[in-house]
Amino acid sequence: MAELSSAPVPPLGPDDHVRGMGEGSIVYADLGCPRCAAAWADLTARPRRIAFRHFPVASKHPRSPALHAAAEAAGRQGRFFEMVDSLYGDRGHVDDPHLWERAKRLGLDLDRFEADRRAAAVAARVRRDFESGIRAGVAATPAIFDLGAGGA
Amino acid sequence: MIAAGEPAPDFTLRDQDGEKVALSDFRGRKVLLVFYPFDFSPTCSDQLSLYQEVKAEIEEKGVTMLGVSVDSPYAHKAFQEKLGIDTRLLSDFEPKGSVSRAYGSYLDAVGMSNRTLVLIDEDGTVAWAYESPNPGEFPGANVIFDALA
Repeated sequence: MAELSSAPVPPLGPDDHVRGMGEGSIVYADLGCPRCAAAWADLTARPRRIAFRHFPVASKHPRSPALHAAAEAAGRQGRFFEMVDSLYGDRGHVDDPHLWERAKRLGLDLDRFEADRRAAAVAARVRRDFESGIRAGVAATPAIFDLGAGGA
Repeated sequence: MIAAGEPAPDFTLRDQDGEKVALSDFRGRKVLLVFYPFDFSPTCSDQLSLYQEVKAEIEEKGVTMLGVSVDSPYAHKAFQEKLGIDTRLLSDFEPKGSVSRAYGSYLDAVGMSNRTLVLIDEDGTVAWAYESPNPGEFPGANVIFDALA
């Protein structure tokens, strides 16, 4: 069982989802959260580095686990941020057929996408981020931490 | 607010299904009381939703988590269903707020429980208590695990 007592935000690791260069932020975000979508639009409008960490709260946003799994599965095909942008850009189409449509538009291998998004390893990867957020005291999303110029 | 080392006042309240729940039912097990202002309020919804995400880990530590507010069992049931949570919610309804008062977690001016966490040991002694700086904020779940460490 995971240790969830207080701990600093973990520094960036090799399998973090990072876009851009230089100074920026680590963002704990919920893909079902409207406030996160608004913050995402603002953050991504600026030229800065962003590390995305999963923080789905299922009882608040019931589709969030599926959306985070979809983003992570897209990431297995090199399209993580494209899926995140797509999900935040259109929050009204989040059922499975809509996810398949998005995957097709991103040129993903659909069979692999389907297998990956239901894989235990993907759920564990999402949960790892969530638990690091809990330990850092994240209580609401989006939670944004300064990345610093050196890469945290 | 009640403090660590004090005996936890016993109580019997009804839960969201109308079942009577006594603190003494849990003797031999730790109990986390999550006092909160109101069912359906935005901050309370966020808090109980977040804690639901780590409920398994809380229980793994031998702790039963119980929500407490002044709402009725019927409101609790609807709130629980709306959030899709299975944390038991206790109704401190009549006399209004009496259990919250006994734990020093009642705001007379507004007629609601404060946002307070109380961890009770297996022998019925308060092990830890935390009150939010104001009811509009709630602590991350890490503070619960810090108290259990």
